[in-house]
Amino acid sequence: MQAGKITMRGLVSYYLDNIEKQKMLNAFLEVWAEEALLAAERVEQKIKNGTAGKLAGMVIGLKDNICYKGHCVSASSKILDGFQSVYSATVVEKLLAEDAIIIGRLNCDEFAMGASNENSAFGRVLNAANHDHVSGGSSGGAAVAVQADLCLAALGSDTGGSVRQPAAFCGVYGLKPTYGRVSRYGLIAYASSFDQIGPLTASISDMQLIMQVIAGKDLNDATTSAQPVPNFTTCMPRLKAKIAVMKEGLYHNGVDAEVKKAVEETIEKLKTNGHQVEEISFPLLDVLVPVYYVLTTAEASSNLSRFSGLMYGYRSPQAKDLEDTYKKSRSEGFGPEVKRRIMLGTFVLSAGFFDAYYSKAQQVRRLVRETTNHIFEKFDFILLPTTPTPAFKAGEKSKDPIAMYLADIFTVHANIAGNPAVSIPCGTHSNGLPMGVQLMSKNFTEAELLAFANTL
Amino acid sequence: MNIDYHLYEAVIGLEVHAQMLTKSKAFCADATEYGALPNTQVGPVSLGHPGTLPVHNKEAVKYAVKLGLACQCDIAAHNYYARKNYFYADLPKGYQISQHTTPICENGFIGIKLKDGTEKRIGLIRIHMEEDTGKSMHDQDVYDTLIDYNRAGTALVEMVSHPDIRTGEEAYQYLTEVRKLLRYLDICDGNMEEGSMRCDANVSVRLKGAEAFGTKVEVKNMNSIRNVQRAIDYEIKRQIEAISKGEKIYQETRTFDAMKGETLVMRTKEGASDYRYFPEPDLPPLHITPEFIDVVKEQMPALPKELFHKFTAVYGLSEYDAGVLTENKDVAAYFETVLKHTGNIKAAANWVMVQVKGYLNEQALEIKDFVLQPAKIAEIIDLIDSGKISSTVASKEVFPAMIHEHHKSALEIAEALNVLQESNSDELQKIVDEAIARFPDKVAEYKSGKTSLVGLFMGEVMKLSKGKADPKVASKLVKETLDNK
Repeated sequence: MQAGKITMRGLVSYYLDNIEKQKMLNAFLEVWAEEALLAAERVEQKIKNGTAGKLAGMVIGLKDNICYKGHCVSASSKILDGFQSVYSATVVEKLLAEDAIIIGRLNCDEFAMGASNENSAFGRVLNAANHDHVSGGSSGGAAVAVQADLCLAALGSDTGGSVRQPAAFCGVYGLKPTYGRVSRYGLIAYASSFDQIGPLTASISDMQLIMQVIAGKDLNDATTSAQPVPNFTTCMPRLKAKIAVMKEGLYHNGVDAEVKKAVEETIEKLKTNGHQVEEISFPLLDVLVPVYYVLTTAEASSNLSRFSGLMYGYRSPQAKDLEDTYKKSRSEGFGPEVKRRIMLGTFVLSAGFFDAYYSKAQQVRRLVRETTNHIFEKFDFILLPTTPTPAFKAGEKSKDPIAMYLADIFTVHANIAGNPAVSIPCGTHSNGLPMGVQLMSKNFTEAELLAFANTL
Repeated sequence: MNIDYHLYEAVIGLEVHAQMLTKSKAFCADATEYGALPNTQVGPVSLGHPGTLPVHNKEAVKYAVKLGLACQCDIAAHNYYARKNYFYADLPKGYQISQHTTPICENGFIGIKLKDGTEKRIGLIRIHMEEDTGKSMHDQDVYDTLIDYNRAGTALVEMVSHPDIRTGEEAYQYLTEVRKLLRYLDICDGNMEEGSMRCDANVSVRLKGAEAFGTKVEVKNMNSIRNVQRAIDYEIKRQIEAISKGEKIYQETRTFDAMKGETLVMRTKEGASDYRYFPEPDLPPLHITPEFIDVVKEQMPALPKELFHKFTAVYGLSEYDAGVLTENKDVAAYFETVLKHTGNIKAAANWVMVQVKGYLNEQALEIKDFVLQPAKIAEIIDLIDSGKISSTVASKEVFPAMIHEHHKSALEIAEALNVLQESNSDELQKIVDEAIARFPDKVAEYKSGKTSLVGLFMGEVMKLSKGKADPKVASKLVKETLDNK
């Protein structure tokens, strides 16, 4: 670009053409073409003046649960029909302040609940490597947009693997930062103590640039950390790292043989490069998914109470009084998976069940945290497949919620414990679909994690 | 049927909600001014828009700690917020951020004075912080209920008393003390008519001596402290009469109709509501350090009880006077400022209680809006004490004139009104001599023992001086002159 071979406007037009050509992927719910072109000219001028921000030249898509002032946002749900946000998420403010260009909003599972993007009110997203297969979810549109070169990078959100799992399914990089590293202000909440916004990119260097900009304390989000943000681009990879591999993960009977082999090859490569890799036992693996579903649905049942049909979004035209408005608007506005999770969460918080489910799950969550921290006293990273299998076929698991939930088995750990984790592309399966390997690290060590991931 | 009401006693617990006078809301920066146009003090956080998050208001925490300290409560070091989940139109998020298992203050008490002069302590179970809801307005539109969300998210403290209260009168005393405290601490303006302070009463009755509680009825919608007392008195009577007739008391919520002076059923409770409380994940726990508590302690003003003690023990005022002067923090402060300018404590107390408060009541003014500085009151008192004006002239003429020309001194005003008393003895002696000279026969009578005739001479002196003679000095001179004849 500096050589004048490509212009910002040309770059945006390139992505807009690609989006149009690949419309059948259903990655974008809305494209802000005019706006992006205008922004391109503005940024172009800034580049010429030498006043451009850190992200000048980056064309970014937003998962449809990140608020952008004056723009529609729907969390891929009918219940937010016609809703425009009156404010911008902190991450959006930060991206724009550094001259990123936001090109549109990306399809996802409704309220980020799902692992295949089949729960969107606007249809599933197609995996660009094989249209019959799912994109993964919930940030399916974000992963496919990067995979199919519809934009340079995307911001997704990760509550139990929603950035990393689709990234693995689509052969791109996906990061879930440490809980509290990136502001959630303006992210439509699914499960507040699990949610983190994270980038999906085609390269580690793009991810480093984006993290440099979006990480940090936000006065609008009391759960963000005041830990200083390190310099992501100058952080050097560890030369002799200690890496733990969870036996219960790698040898889990749900893990596809080729996925297992890909991880084993990664292990060999690490050893060759002089790193120390050790198999460890993590007996809590099988309780992760149940703990995740008790706690996230509890929080979701409360977070989604505000979608009532009263103030904004969808209101049932049949509703006659207040109670009717709630019941009909919510029954008609929410999809089946969202309703299932609201009911489950309402149940686990109910008097008489609270102690048995919510309190117990919180205790296990503490235990998982302690055990995880304990592992990180001895190791720098934990290595696992991101997902047990490559992207499955559309419709294959949508009738069986439990099978779908188990697709999260390796990713929920980082959200339960709060640690950062990145999914790194790791070869292609014989069926032609991408595979991913996941690295998890100590809290607030994203810079080291990404620097190390870059060596794989 | 004859009912012996004295066989029963009432058991009453009060829940007081007080809107804190913080400039912004409990969990966001939206303003909290009362009386603003509907739905003008609402940002995305107040309205519970998707993606919004709450943040702590440190000022609100400070207020709650202040209140707790004033009530001798234990202050919780670790505070967790909780979500109370329920659906209602005035609750934008579908949950209220409150405190559940760890209220910021526990235990403590409010002292009230009983009629026989003894003090009774009403125990506090807890004081906790929470956010207010919006306001449903059922009378603004013919068909629809309208909602004003200005109030949504306003910081509240809720004070829950033990069921230590036995009568409507005690409830009245309790609320009066609570309101006084809230106002002294500048936590809440305590205005029940505007709803910045609200009270729900839990009332049950039982036979005297019984240990078990009767069935509890919750009474709501009382817009003054007096109406809380009336509602409780009515409810006690209603419940005793029902029990006497063998009827059952239902656990229900009743509303008070101030016009009829009755409570009416609002809703019956089918078991307790399930609010599905759980820890608020958007707010990290708030830790209150001993240092923070010390800072709050240092900023605490003197409490009404402390001032009452000072006014009686140090200033030697009667309990009644001390009570009147400490009812309101600003009045007490005004009085103490008067004392900085005059040593006549009793006169200062009287002037503040009678003339100043009388004027304020008449004009419906607050003392902070009163034009006369405390020093001016002291000037008036000094003029009286030095014999330059009489008390009557001071309150009837000088005081009202000073309010109109509050920049002038009391002396200037008295001169302008021409009401300064003649207390110069040389001048007075001439008048006294003249007065005595007019009644030589009366002088003889006086000399023979009819000393009551002093009054006659005094009357003449006042006449001759056109009322400006200082009576004290004049009467002394008259007596001396007569005795020396």
